[in-house]
Amino acid sequence: MKHYWWKILGILLLLYSIILGLLGPVPALPIVHETIRNTYYHVPMWFAMFTLYFISVVYSIKYLSSNNPQHDLVAVESVNVGIVFCLLGLASGMLWANFTWGDPWPNDPKLNGSAIATLMYLAYLVLRNALEEEQKRARISAIYNVFAFPIMIVLMYILPKTTDSLHPGSGGNSGFGDFDLDGSMKAVLYPAAVGWILIGTWLMTLRFRIRKLEFQNHTSPE
Amino acid sequence: MNRIFAAMSLLKEVKSLIRKDMVLEWRSKYALNGILLYVVSTVFVCYQAFKSVDPAMWNALFWIIMLFASVNAINKSFVQENQGRQLYYYSIASAKAVILAKIIYNMLIMLLLSAIAFFVYSVIFRNPVGDPMLYLAAVILGSIGFACVFTMVSGISAKAGNNSTLMAILSFPIIIPLLLVLIKLSKNAMDGLERSVSYDEMMVLAAINIITVAISLLLFPYLWRD
Repeated sequence: MKHYWWKILGILLLLYSIILGLLGPVPALPIVHETIRNTYYHVPMWFAMFTLYFISVVYSIKYLSSNNPQHDLVAVESVNVGIVFCLLGLASGMLWANFTWGDPWPNDPKLNGSAIATLMYLAYLVLRNALEEEQKRARISAIYNVFAFPIMIVLMYILPKTTDSLHPGSGGNSGFGDFDLDGSMKAVLYPAAVGWILIGTWLMTLRFRIRKLEFQNHTSPE
Repeated sequence: MNRIFAAMSLLKEVKSLIRKDMVLEWRSKYALNGILLYVVSTVFVCYQAFKSVDPAMWNALFWIIMLFASVNAINKSFVQENQGRQLYYYSIASAKAVILAKIIYNMLIMLLLSAIAFFVYSVIFRNPVGDPMLYLAAVILGSIGFACVFTMVSGISAKAGNNSTLMAILSFPIIIPLLLVLIKLSKNAMDGLERSVSYDEMMVLAAINIITVAISLLLFPYLWRD
């Protein structure tokens, strides 16, 4: 119970958000109807993705100043798990868009921005494959990661706000916060976001530990 | 006092590195002539393929031509000279001076390139532009932006064996925000909208340029070490 309390907390928060997300009260709105509950699943994916990318960029900077190979492993595994959350976010968003906008992929800056940001992080993984030598790979991909992170923020969070967009919360549209008068949605959304962030971090640490063992086996003299 | 002295010496290093690049380019004239011919022939291929285009497409096509031309122009910036000579530069000048000189040199190249490209493009493809001065400003801001972003990426891809696929996949997602803002700004100029409408876009462009130059300056010292 000492150091793994946050894993249990993550599971409990997810259970809470799934149960209350499906059964709890939601504001009755036209067009979206009951799909408003997707807020509890679609939005936390992006919270988790952003957190993981942020962890990744922090560890990339740490790698550049310390040259510790473990920092590089944390950075790459954060991106790996972050991309999974990003794909889940895109998939849940497309389902939702198909219901409310009648088209899984309308030409919208928020959607295109997130797709391009995904391409950027996939390019990061390709860059890693292109480099053979371990130290060089770690250093150069860390540099690209630091370079890509601010661009990702511009693509996903700044540009959609300045242009016309269908997506709630950008292009002058209001987010769901404006309909949620009694705070009943926030009471589910924020715990869900924290839960998914914890689960994402847990997945990342698991993958990191596997990679660390592989790395040690690989480099230790037999 | 010490800091001012350091800044002065950095400026001096940058100046002589840019001079060195220009002299090298002037002696061979290979890269410059090659890329100019590349732009003109791309414009001509597009002209043959499209014959006439509507204004929105005219604008987008121009920026796509500029995108490919600038990737090709800047891709070479770190591989022209061999490894030994690169090492020599790093030993006599600071890494910051090297990247700053490259960025400024690439800006100059891009300004020349985009001026010629714009001239050829608008002569071959006739198209009315509502506010030519604003369009020119967009072209200038755009070429500076391409130079800022691509210089750092070409440094990264040069370290990774410099294959052109890697340059493309690394740089295209990064350049897209810049390209979107540019297309919007130049479309405003074509439609001859009030200039005050476009101030937002110009601010975003300037901000992207400043951020990329700052990140390049911070990161390049880690990149060149081998």
